[in-house]
Amino acid sequence: MRGDEILQRLRDRFAGAIVETHDHRGDHTAVVDRAGLVDVLRWCRDEPELRFDVLMDLTAVDYLKYPGREDGPRFEVVYHLFSVGHNHRLRIKVRVDEDDAQVPTAVDLWPIANWLEREVWDMFGVRFAGHPDPRRLLMYEEFVGHALRKDYPINRRQPLIGPKQ
Amino acid sequence: MAETTTRAFMLGEGSGTGSGQNLQVGVGPAHPAMHGIIRINAELDGEVIRKADVEIGYLHRAFEKDCEVGGYNNAIPYTDRLNYVSPLINNFAYASAVEKLLGIDVTERCKFIRTAMSEISRVCDHLTCVGASAMELGAFTVFLYMIKAREFLWELIEDVTGARLTISYGRVGGVKADLPEGFAPKVAEAFKQTREVLDEVHRLLTGNRIFMDRMVGVGRLSREETLGYAITGPLLRAVGVGYDVRRAHPHWAYDRVEFEVPTQKDGDNYARYLVRMAEMEQSMRIAEQALAQMPGGAINVDFEGRPIDPAAYVDQGKQGKTEGLLLMPIRLSPNLQGQNRPEWEAVNTRDKRVILPPKETAYGSIEGLMNHFMLIMEGYGIRPPQGEAYFASEGANGELGFYVVSDGSDRPYRVRCRPPCLPPVAALHRMIEGEMIGDLVPTFGSVNMIGGELDR
Repeated sequence: MRGDEILQRLRDRFAGAIVETHDHRGDHTAVVDRAGLVDVLRWCRDEPELRFDVLMDLTAVDYLKYPGREDGPRFEVVYHLFSVGHNHRLRIKVRVDEDDAQVPTAVDLWPIANWLEREVWDMFGVRFAGHPDPRRLLMYEEFVGHALRKDYPINRRQPLIGPKQ
Repeated sequence: MAETTTRAFMLGEGSGTGSGQNLQVGVGPAHPAMHGIIRINAELDGEVIRKADVEIGYLHRAFEKDCEVGGYNNAIPYTDRLNYVSPLINNFAYASAVEKLLGIDVTERCKFIRTAMSEISRVCDHLTCVGASAMELGAFTVFLYMIKAREFLWELIEDVTGARLTISYGRVGGVKADLPEGFAPKVAEAFKQTREVLDEVHRLLTGNRIFMDRMVGVGRLSREETLGYAITGPLLRAVGVGYDVRRAHPHWAYDRVEFEVPTQKDGDNYARYLVRMAEMEQSMRIAEQALAQMPGGAINVDFEGRPIDPAAYVDQGKQGKTEGLLLMPIRLSPNLQGQNRPEWEAVNTRDKRVILPPKETAYGSIEGLMNHFMLIMEGYGIRPPQGEAYFASEGANGELGFYVVSDGSDRPYRVRCRPPCLPPVAALHRMIEGEMIGDLVPTFGSVNMIGGELDR
C-alpha cells in the first residue's frame, strides 16, 4: 500500500488520536496522541492490509534546543514500522513532556521493544509504563542522568572507578 | 550412600533439582568466545542453560552523542567504527541518509562505486564471521584460509581508500576519491582467489560430520520470533524470509545488477552458515557487474575528450603550446590520487552546498576558495533544511538504518543508527536457553555480534 493511503486509513480509523501527518522526503509519518498509541500500533500490526510485523527501530529525540520547539513537548518517541509481506514502511511518533515522560510499552506487540525501550530509558529518561524489565541497556546502573538529552554536557565524565570529576 | 546423586556429591547434601540449586555462570565480558565484549549470565542445570541474561554496553562510545557535536561529514570517521569489519557500508549508508535529508542525488559513477565497494565489504564481513565461528569449533585451517581471502580483499580496499580498517571513504554527496587505475582487473584476480578459498572451505566444512554435529539444529529460532525480534539479514533469510534491503528498496545501483537472495528453511546455525556462504558468491557477482557497468570510462581526457598522458601536456606547455591549458588535467600531487578535478566531478555530486571543490579549484579560483570556506567555516558547512529522514541499507548483518534529524544548522540535531546486530543479540537468550553450554559458542558465532555497532 502506498504511504499516503496508509496515512489516510489511519486518519479515518483513529480520527481523534492522530495529531498530524506528513511525508517529508518520502517517509510517511503520523504523530499520534499518547493515549491512543498502543491501539494504533496494535491495529498497524494486525490489520491485514498493513501487517507491520517488524518494529524496525524505536528511538527518541530530545527537542529541547530545536528552533521553534523549545516550549513544546520535549521528547518525541519514534517508531519505525516495516511490513515484510507488503514491503511498506511507516513512522509513528508520540510526543511527551519532560514532567510526564512516560509512554505505554510495546513489548506485548513486538518482543524487540524490550531492549529498544530500555535503551530509550537509558539515553533519554523516557519511562515505558508496563515494561517488564526497566533497567538501563548500555550504561551501568550507577550512571546519573541520561546521556543523549540535550542538557547533558558531552564532556561530563562519570567513571565507575578512579577519580570522580 | 548408594543413593547419592552426582549433584549432591558435588554440591553437598540437600541439593535438589529446583532452580535455586542451579549454577550461575558468568560468561564474559572478556572471554575468547565473546567476540568483542559482552556478558552472558547463564543459569546452568548441569550442562544445560536454563536461563540467560545478556548484558551489553561494554563498548559504548557515545557515537550518537558525538555526531551531534561536529558537522555532517565529521561523523563519517565515527561510522567507520560501528561495524568495523565492513565500514564502507556504514559510511555510504550514513552519507545516503544525509543526502536523502538534503534531497540530492549522487552521480551515476558514485552509485556504482558505492555498490561495488559495499559488496566487497560484505564478503570481508562474512569471511570473518564464518572463519571465526569455524575456528571456535576447532576448524582452525578454515579460519586461516578465510583470513587469507580477506587479506586479498582488504588489499583492494586499501588501494581505493588508503586504509585497511578505518577507511573514512564516504562523503555526503559522493566519495573521497575515484577508484584507482586498473582496479577492475585487480578485483577479478582477488575474486578468483577468494572463490578458490570458498571452494576449499565448502569441501572442508559443508557436510563435515564434526561441523554438522555442532551446527545442525542448534540455536534455532522460529520465523515468528525472528520477525518479532526485528532480526534482518542472514538470520532472517535463514528462516525462509527473503527480505533483503537491496531487493526490497533498491538504492545506489542495486536495481541495475542481477543477484539472487539465498534463503534456507531451518533457522539453525547451519542454515545461517549456508546463507552466508551463498551470499558471498552473490556479492562477488554484484561487485563484478557494478565494475563492468561503471560509467565514466577514461577520466584523463583533454579538452577535446582525447585520453592523454599528463606528462605530455607538461612538455607541450614548455614549448609554449598553452591552448586549452585551463582544462588540462594537471596532477597536483601524487597524494591526491583520484581527487583531481575530472575524477572529483565524476564521483561527486555537483552541489556546492554539499561538496568541497577539488583542490585545483580551491587553490586556483576565487569562487573555488569561497566555496571551500563556506563549507569549512564554523556555522556554515552542509545545512540541510529542517526535517528528518530514515535511510536503510543492507549491512552485512541486516538492515542498517540511519535516522537523521536536522534543525537547519550545520550540525546534525540527532543521528540514530539502527544497529543490525542488536536484534539478534536481544534474541540470543531465546536461541541458547534449553541447549548445552557448549552450543553457546557456535550460536554466538553465527549471530556475528560486532561490539562496535551493538554498543555504539
